Amino acid sequence: MDIFIQQVISGLATGGIYASLALALVMIYQATDVVNFAQGNMAMFSTYLAWSLLQVGVPYWVTFGATVVIAFVGGLLIERVVIRPVEGAPILTIVIVTLGLLVIFTSVAGWIYSYIQKPFPSPFPEKPIKIGNIVFGAHDLGAIGITLIVLLLLFLFFRYTTLGLAMRAAAQNPVSSRLCGIRVSWMLGLGWGLAAAFGAIAGMMVAPVVFLDPNMMGGIQIYAFAAATVGGFTSPLGAVVGGFLVGVTENLVGTYVSFIGTELKLTVALAMIIIVLLVRPTGLFGRTTVRRV
Amino acid sequence: MPALLEAQDLEAQYGATKVLHGLSFAVETGGITTILGANGAGKTTTLRAVCRMVRTSGQVRFDGQRIDGKTTEDIVRLGIAHTPEGRGTFVDLTVEENLRLGAYARRDKSGLAGDYEKIYEYFPVLAQRRRQQAGTLSGGEQQMLAVARGLMSRPRLLLLDEPSLGLAPLVVREIFRIVRTINQEEGVSVLLVEQNAAMALDLADHAYLLETGRVVMSGPAGDLMKDDAIRRSYLGY
Repeated sequence: MDIFIQQVISGLATGGIYASLALALVMIYQATDVVNFAQGNMAMFSTYLAWSLLQVGVPYWVTFGATVVIAFVGGLLIERVVIRPVEGAPILTIVIVTLGLLVIFTSVAGWIYSYIQKPFPSPFPEKPIKIGNIVFGAHDLGAIGITLIVLLLLFLFFRYTTLGLAMRAAAQNPVSSRLCGIRVSWMLGLGWGLAAAFGAIAGMMVAPVVFLDPNMMGGIQIYAFAAATVGGFTSPLGAVVGGFLVGVTENLVGTYVSFIGTELKLTVALAMIIIVLLVRPTGLFGRTTVRRV
Repeated sequence: MPALLEAQDLEAQYGATKVLHGLSFAVETGGITTILGANGAGKTTTLRAVCRMVRTSGQVRFDGQRIDGKTTEDIVRLGIAHTPEGRGTFVDLTVEENLRLGAYARRDKSGLAGDYEKIYEYFPVLAQRRRQQAGTLSGGEQQMLAVARGLMSRPRLLLLDEPSLGLAPLVVREIFRIVRTINQEEGVSVLLVEQNAAMALDLADHAYLLETGRVVMSGPAGDLMKDDAIRRSYLGY
């Protein structure tokens, strides 16, 4: 039982990271109908920037804040400079552009920082926290906490601020939004910025666990895809629930199904994608769009 | 009185297809102007051309200032509210959120609370449904919401695209009554596009008749109502 609880908690910790990245994917998907394949690698690149700041002695939380801001601006710029020119292009074109970004970020990171793995610090104490017989990693609990705080802030932003409302409106109905005076194209840019900022947080939370290298987000991105698919690509809440679900499932299956272990864990995520797509293509929380004509 | 909105030689096209062939019209300050015409005459396109939602050439002046060449967002911010064809409701958002979006571009946020109250007075049904998803509203309620959303920007000019479309006669009458009240009490000028010629001529003080993208007749609404050709083709008696 203790092992079970421990595995659930550590599943929630990684699940939170998947959730953040999945949320980033869903945000961009909802606004533009595009899956951003570069999301994970943008996050990886942001984490390298954080690493650079830490190397020159900037304190952790200052680095954390600065990286989030830089990632936001970077995401916004990528939308303005790279995505905007192909805004009206067929979806496949845009998807290929994001794949191009993926390759560029990997290569540039490898070129600047080399492909050798680097340790990345956790802001949380190394000493595990013991409650009864169960031992929790402090980083796990911290990562869950940070994910929840970010989700809460995001929820408040979209629910209660006018800018958040305008972003939702722009994603739903661009034509009407323009008629309300909303600068729709900037809202898309903001969406990319926010998505990049979440990605950066996810990157900084996962790097202490998997070590920093240009390909560190590869697997995580697939988990995030699984999370978004399980929850439904049209539902931010779904992406979050999906993230935690995938994280916990992956951990439990890895622990209790002996032939899967750590090597085949990623397969679990892929299996989840396929099962959901076969059984319930819209995901747990997704909606089929029914339009009145 | 000078015209609030003035269009000269307005042309518009979708792709290679030209829909408006040099339209000129004006909306007087404080007036209600209507554009009549059959399906496909270019009525909706005319409104879309004013707001630059379609490829357009020709001059458009609002309050003496050239607005052709501006973006839709900027034109709306100048004080033109456009209630589009199909109502443009944000179906997943609540009634209240739809209204908040209407006020989004407004520079002067003072009096916002009072304006919500005023809107809910004009449209009591929206007050009852304020927390409801707009997509669950009936067609008539959504049309009211569309007009209300436009008014939240405190416009000087309201462009109304076929508010009667698909609605029961009683509901249409109610909406027209409210438009008249708004015109009289708030001084909002109106450019109304309609297929229901009888009701539109009754409401408007000036009218234009459109056929395949050209103005074929214009004048005071009362004169057009008496015209034999209009009576036969558009009023049906």
